[in-house]
Amino acid sequence: MTDTFTPPPYPQARTCPYDPPPGYRTLPRDEPLVRVTLYDGRAAWLVPHYDDARKLLADPRLSSDRRRDGFPALSRRFEAFRLRPPAFIGLDPPDHGARRRPLIPDFTVRRVAGMRAEIEAIVAEFLDRMLAAGPPADLVEDFALPVPSMVICRLLGVPYDDHAFFQDASRRLLRSDDPDVSVAARDELAAYLRALIEDPERRAGLLGRLAAADDPPDTDDLVSSAILLLVAGHETTASMIALSVIALLDHPDQMAALRDDPDLMPAAVEELLRYLSIADIAGIRIAREDIEIGGRTIRAGEGVVIPNSLVNRDGDVFADPDVLDVHRSARHHLAFGYGVHQCLGQNLARLELQIALSALIRRVPTLRLEVPRDELPQRGPTTIQGVNALPITWGA
Amino acid sequence: MRVTADRTVCVGAGLCALSAPEVFDQDDDGLVTVLLPAPADEDAARTAANLCPSGAVRVTG
Repeated sequence: MTDTFTPPPYPQARTCPYDPPPGYRTLPRDEPLVRVTLYDGRAAWLVPHYDDARKLLADPRLSSDRRRDGFPALSRRFEAFRLRPPAFIGLDPPDHGARRRPLIPDFTVRRVAGMRAEIEAIVAEFLDRMLAAGPPADLVEDFALPVPSMVICRLLGVPYDDHAFFQDASRRLLRSDDPDVSVAARDELAAYLRALIEDPERRAGLLGRLAAADDPPDTDDLVSSAILLLVAGHETTASMIALSVIALLDHPDQMAALRDDPDLMPAAVEELLRYLSIADIAGIRIAREDIEIGGRTIRAGEGVVIPNSLVNRDGDVFADPDVLDVHRSARHHLAFGYGVHQCLGQNLARLELQIALSALIRRVPTLRLEVPRDELPQRGPTTIQGVNALPITWGA
Repeated sequence: MRVTADRTVCVGAGLCALSAPEVFDQDDDGLVTVLLPAPADEDAARTAANLCPSGAVRVTG
């Protein structure tokens, strides 16, 4: 690295809904660590390579505890939450495991597989409604958002009838540029979920099970986990459905391959998770001690950012990484993270995506965008990547 | 080949049960259990060990 290198800003905005930000493409590729500048002018190390990312995400010397001095903040909103009690994704072992473990039984491969018929029915119901009311439709509002929202409600034991409230609050929490708006939305969700958990008459699902346990978790901790699961459970999958549709419409040969061979869908979902990398900003850490990586040193107290969109397109690991190829074996992608924080809901997400995309492709073969893809407004870089609306049409 | 799993570090991601269901399962707590310590399908067991995010699943030999 030369003295003339000016650390680029992180994170940067995408210009295509599914490709990495153009500014990441020009980062030095021969270095294991690249200096970047955060919104507040502080510096952090960006990790561009898959192998290094995997090592670091599993390294206990890197902390996820955002309360630590110097933890890299990505926005004013992020900073506003930094010193508040974190959900379990913002904790380190052993506290992290103590909060995550009680939730695991509801997300196992077997439990999730047992939800297949229920998810298929939910997908069919929202597709029926969308097809009866249109064309046109907003795929986000009419399908991509309500499907995972209803699924996570059933799993958690949250009444879906309240969806207008918590979908709106989730949006404000994750996407508002005003930290006060975002914090207020979090507080509204907390009050709503606390009332639900504390009312024995309304207990159901995972939250009801834990609240009624012989040795129930601390209510504040359970509320904080509930917010995380509710918000992450529908915003992420909704974004994946919408961006998958955009990417497949842009790659008609891949869409046709899926239509011709529905058995390709599980592999296709892994490839879409890799290719779209919607949780691009999830890999944020701070070094607790010095860490050697690729002949360089991350010093104790320095921040580390690991963009999924780059490491999942590492040509040393994925041949022709910028090609969307539903025949590829891509399950080792890092779209769900790696290490102890790897996504708890990943198997639910996989099944929802497989069912939702299969049904869309089968039942709406003439599906197309109603506006040019380049006219879809981009989300800013500091949240889950996706589109806020997706106008579609179908038929002759 | 010998397959082992360390339940003290397992985070219940379930990738082992997903990629090698004959070799691994998740118990009532959602944590890894080994069904076949010496599996015939070594490739699937190796894939599971490689995908395991916490280092709980290990294969030797």
